Amino acid sequence: MISDEHDDGPPERPARRPMSGETVNPITDTTGASLRRRVPSDAPEPDRHDLALDPGIDDPILEVDGLSLWYGTSQALHDISLRIPSRRITAFIGPSGCGKSTLLRCFNRLNDLIDDVRTAGDIRFEGGSIQDPAQDVNALRKRIGMVFQKSNPFPKSIFENVAYGPRIQGVRDRRRLEDIVERSLRSAALWEEVKDRLGESALGMSGGQQQRLCIARAIAIEPEVILLDEPCSALDPIATAKIEKLMIDLKEQYTLVVVTHNMQQASRVSDYTAFLYMGRLIEYGETDRLFINPSKKQTEDYITGRFG
Amino acid sequence: MDSSRSHFEQQLQSLSEKILRLGGLVEEAIGRSVRALVDRDSDLGRKVLAGDKDIDALELEIDDLCMELLARNQPMARDLRFITTAMKITPDLERIADHAVNISERAIELNEEPPLRVLVDMPLMALRAQEMLRGALDAFVRRSADAAMSVIRMDDDLDRRMEQVFRLLLSHMIEDPKTITRALRLTFVAKYFERIGDQATNICEQVIYMADARVIKHTFVRDPGDAPRDR
Repeated sequence: MISDEHDDGPPERPARRPMSGETVNPITDTTGASLRRRVPSDAPEPDRHDLALDPGIDDPILEVDGLSLWYGTSQALHDISLRIPSRRITAFIGPSGCGKSTLLRCFNRLNDLIDDVRTAGDIRFEGGSIQDPAQDVNALRKRIGMVFQKSNPFPKSIFENVAYGPRIQGVRDRRRLEDIVERSLRSAALWEEVKDRLGESALGMSGGQQQRLCIARAIAIEPEVILLDEPCSALDPIATAKIEKLMIDLKEQYTLVVVTHNMQQASRVSDYTAFLYMGRLIEYGETDRLFINPSKKQTEDYITGRFG
Repeated sequence: MDSSRSHFEQQLQSLSEKILRLGGLVEEAIGRSVRALVDRDSDLGRKVLAGDKDIDALELEIDDLCMELLARNQPMARDLRFITTAMKITPDLERIADHAVNISERAIELNEEPPLRVLVDMPLMALRAQEMLRGALDAFVRRSADAAMSVIRMDDDLDRRMEQVFRLLLSHMIEDPKTITRALRLTFVAKYFERIGDQATNICEQVIYMADARVIKHTFVRDPGDAPRDR
C-alpha cells in the first residue's frame, strides 16, 4: 500500500464545506483540520453510583425487595433487590451455587416444596406480594410458568402433554383444547414438526423438541411470566439456537427470566443480565453494557473467565 | 484457572507484543524518513521503502490473530475491548508506515535537487508527529486514558504548524516559480506529518475506549461514558 493518493485527507474525513458566499483559502484551510479535532471537556460525570444494581426499569412485573433465603441454617440468598421488566428477557448468570436457580424458584414459590426453607424480604408480582401466606400458590404458578433444564414431558401423547394444563383447569371442550394445543405448539415453533403425529408419545421426540414441548405446555395455560432454568444445557447447538429464537419471539407476549451458566447464551438472548455470586447480587444491568463494560471487578473477572 | 484460559491469556499477551513490534517498526520508519529528508540521506529513504513489506506482513499477522481470538474464545468485557482496539489501531499504524514511505519518496526526489531553504518548521512537525506516535503507543501499553488524552491535545498544534508551513511555501512559490516543484513536494510532506498526527489521535481515541469503554470520537453527538465504575 504505497501511494500518495490512497485516501488521505478529505474523502476519509470530510473537510468542512464552505458556506455559501464564504471563500476558503486553499492553502491555509485545505482540510479544515483545525476544525476537526474536538477535545472533549473534562466535565465531571454525573453520579451514577447505583447504576450497577439498578438499570432503571420503570415497568417491573416482578420486584424483589431485600430477599434473603436460608436452607436450614445455611443462607443461600443475601438481601437481594432487583426489578424484572415486563416483556423482556432477563438472564441470571453466575457460578454454580451462586443462588441464581434458588432466586428463580422463589418467583413461583417452588422453594416451598423443600423442607426447612425460610425467607425474609418480599417479592411482588404486579404489585401484590407472592410471599403472602394467603397467596394461592396454584394460581400463582398458573401465571408464572416454568421450564426446567431436563425436559420433562409426561409419558403421554404430544397432544395430551399440551392439553394437560388446560384440562386440569377445567377445559373439557375438545374443539377448544385442539385450538389451545395448536396455538401453543405454534408459539413454541413446534407445530410444523409434530402436527401429523400429535397422538404419538412425547417421549419419542428429540431433546430439542421435548424442550420446546415443555415451553408449549407452559404457554398453554397462558402465563404472564415464563421461568427457564438452564433450558438449553442438555441441547445441541442447533436445538439451542431454536430455543433462543423462540425465547426472543416469546418476549412479545411474555416476560422471560432465564437462568444460565452459558454466558454466550445470556449475551445473545437477554435484554438485562443479573450477575450473582455467593448468594449476592453483584451487578444488574442492560446486557450490552454488562458484557462490554461491567462496573464491578467481580463481574469482569467472571465474564472474562478469570474465576468461577 | 484452566489451561485453555491461560492459553487465551498467552495469546492476548502475544497480540500485545505484536502490536508493540509493529509500533516499533513504524516509529523506526518515521525516524528514518525524517532523517532522509532533513539530512538529505536517500539511502536511508530507500531502506524505508524496502522495509514496508515487513510492516504489511505484520499487519496481516495481527489481523489473523485477532480473528482467531474472537472466533475461538468469544471474549467479553476488557478482553473484547482490547481485541477490537487492536483490530482498529493496526490499520492506523500501517497507514502511518505508508506515510513514512511517502515522506521517503519525496525526500529522495528532493535530494536530487538543490535544497530549498524553507525546512524551518518541518523538523518541528516531524518531532511533534513522532512524539504523538510514541505517546499513542505508550498510552496503549499502559491502557491509560489520561495519557491518550494528552496526546490528542497535541494534535491542534500539529495542524497549526502545517498551516504555517503551507503559507510559507506558498509565498516561496509566488516569489520564485522555480521553487514550485520542490515546494509542492514539501507541501505533501507537511500534509503527511499532519496525517500522522490524525492517525495517532485515532489510536488514542481507541485506547480511551479500551481503557474506560468511553467513546470520545464524534463527541458532539455522543454522550461519553455510560457506565458506573467502582475500581
